[in-house]
Amino acid sequence: MTTWHDYLKEQGHAPDWPYPVRFDQEREVATDVLVIGGGIAGCWAAIAAARTGLKVALVEKGDVIRSGSGGPGCDHWCNAPANPLSNVDPDEWGVHMADRPYANGIGVQIQCREDWDTLQEMEMMGGKIRDTEGEYLGAQGRDDKSKLMISPRYTIVHSYVPGSIKPTTFKSNPEHKLNNVVIRVWGSTFKPALKKECKRLGVEIFDRVMMTSLLTENGVQGARVVGGTGINNRTGEFLIFKSRAAVVATAGSGSIWLMDMEHGGYSNMHSRAVSGDGTVMAWNAGAALTTMERTGMVGIATGLKHKWYSGAGDASYENVPIVDANGKRLPFPIQGWEDAGAMMPTPQVMEQIRQGVLKGEYELPFYGDFPAMPDVERRATWKLMLGEESTTKIIMDTFNEAGYDESRDLLQSYRFIEGNSLPQWRDAGASGGLVVDWDLKSTLDGLYVGGTTMFSPEDHSYAASTGRYAGRKAAAYARQIDSGRVSPEQIAREKARVYAPIKRSGGMEWKELHSGIARAMQYYVSEFKTERLLNMGLQTLKKIEAESVPQLFALDPHKLMRSLEDLSLLSYGQIIVQAMLARKASSLPLNFQRIDYPALDPPEWNHFLTIKQENGKVVTGSLPMTYWGNQKENYEAHNRDYTGVYRGK
Amino acid sequence: MAKEKLIAMPNIATPNKPVIFTEKCNGCNHCVEVCQIDVYMPNPEKGKPPIILHPEECWYCGCCANDCPRPGAMKFNWPLQQRGYWMNKATGEVHQV
Repeated sequence: MTTWHDYLKEQGHAPDWPYPVRFDQEREVATDVLVIGGGIAGCWAAIAAARTGLKVALVEKGDVIRSGSGGPGCDHWCNAPANPLSNVDPDEWGVHMADRPYANGIGVQIQCREDWDTLQEMEMMGGKIRDTEGEYLGAQGRDDKSKLMISPRYTIVHSYVPGSIKPTTFKSNPEHKLNNVVIRVWGSTFKPALKKECKRLGVEIFDRVMMTSLLTENGVQGARVVGGTGINNRTGEFLIFKSRAAVVATAGSGSIWLMDMEHGGYSNMHSRAVSGDGTVMAWNAGAALTTMERTGMVGIATGLKHKWYSGAGDASYENVPIVDANGKRLPFPIQGWEDAGAMMPTPQVMEQIRQGVLKGEYELPFYGDFPAMPDVERRATWKLMLGEESTTKIIMDTFNEAGYDESRDLLQSYRFIEGNSLPQWRDAGASGGLVVDWDLKSTLDGLYVGGTTMFSPEDHSYAASTGRYAGRKAAAYARQIDSGRVSPEQIAREKARVYAPIKRSGGMEWKELHSGIARAMQYYVSEFKTERLLNMGLQTLKKIEAESVPQLFALDPHKLMRSLEDLSLLSYGQIIVQAMLARKASSLPLNFQRIDYPALDPPEWNHFLTIKQENGKVVTGSLPMTYWGNQKENYEAHNRDYTGVYRGK
Repeated sequence: MAKEKLIAMPNIATPNKPVIFTEKCNGCNHCVEVCQIDVYMPNPEKGKPPIILHPEECWYCGCCANDCPRPGAMKFNWPLQQRGYWMNKATGEVHQV
């Protein structure tokens, strides 16, 4: 017996709720640094803050041991130009990587300066970053002395589409040696090691607690952040955190446009937990956000889109040639040494392949030709990269257990036969977020930001290094300030909001609400953007808020969490529409096309559009494209006391 | 054929079974703890495999099976529409998970 209905049939009754029920009960926690989100960035923030001797509370919706996008694993430690095998200067690489419209120059600079230190600390905690057993002797990129394994990614250019970015001649690499800035790592070892280190340092961990709000001084929007509230999603207990400083390190918003649970998972590449809670609570507290108008189409995914990593066009598929059903090589990049990890063909080449398919020149389906690879490269790709890359390990294991032999068999690709995502299936998972300064402080005092919660975030090593940095800076702030004054009225209001769904026994369940939000976003906040459609979107979301949310009901603490996530999505959707309405121009790098303002990137609109609430009213503003100034100088000016790899206890 | 007592049930959530527990499972509940989104709940009977309570919330990250301390105690069970294909390069024979 494993399913719920088996239990019901065998026992004749449903199982009791397995955890103590503590609805309406309050628990107060006083701490120096409150870290919201226990993924990669949150764990590193908690560790960095705890190293300074301060009291740290780490709050996580799942369990810190495997939660977050980096919970299952990670294969690439990107943008690590400070590693000993790198042939480029970290500051030069940092400027290069930030030289993209609407990139985050502050976060990228921190990543380039500090993520090699972060990775060394990861190793000290028990994470595996070197081929110590000599499993991959002879693999290209393996350094026999350090046993580090360099990835082909970014070795020549940092582009995922061949030819889209011209190779740069770096002053620090005039001879065009391979850049060597991305390291292959055994990331499935990271998260348990981070949790262990948090515990060792005395971080108080609150697993299965969803944070729902930030508390501001005297409850005033825009004032200093002095704590937050959360709800235990197993017991329903209400938690009140009082802190001197807070770090928000939560995920983006993954499923605002799409929900289809019948197709397995959530039909996008994010877990259900990715619901933008942190961004929304910062918004409600009065923090400024930016690039909220940028969205993309859902790419690789569970459910409607096939998730097997078996075709070109996805990360972690290094050096695998793509062939047609007759073994004919296709002009796809191979994400390997010959193309510096490029993933996608140019639109012209893609069209050429498509025409080839239609004319019978290439026969479908396509395959990844693992057997054609040299043995050590094949093992490095299959076992190390795919085996360590987040959610792919279980896929490789399933294949092998079912009889797939990568040295003998071609792995099917779903290019063309699966089709593309509809333009209405969009994703805001990792684009918009909080505005930050050189301390990774948000626009609110007492609130610091790590990883995906800030605007234009990058990947795993970005989350790790910016989380670590935000934790350090939050601790420095907490050291020199007293606890602030929380507002009992703000807490009471939040408690009433949070518990409303469990006070009802019927009405609208969270899945229906989620689907309703998604449909409104598909209709009005999608491919075709005009003032009229966007306003209709806003009105529809407001109508949902006014008429459907008061009907929302939840049967238990778990479903209460899902309901509260929907409310995050509903707010997040409205922020997106407000930002889209405010940008009266189209933009290629923002993937933002307005029919009523078709001019692409007119100079007067080439700036960050900021958006925040003041006394409950939406206020927009702007920041220059490189508002962070000189990356090297400002990084150094703000980090004179930085001592590199941690050598303390 | 013995007559089974029928009870009235709504349609069950689908996909319904992201994993299959085997007799090797000793109910340690490690999978309950590592699951990112609380798909499982502990079985009320100690030592028995967990109950899959929220199967349709699973996003197939694999943490439960990857971290299971008893090899063979749980088997991942991909929904039919998610089971991938491969082809034997020499024979052209096509297989599916």
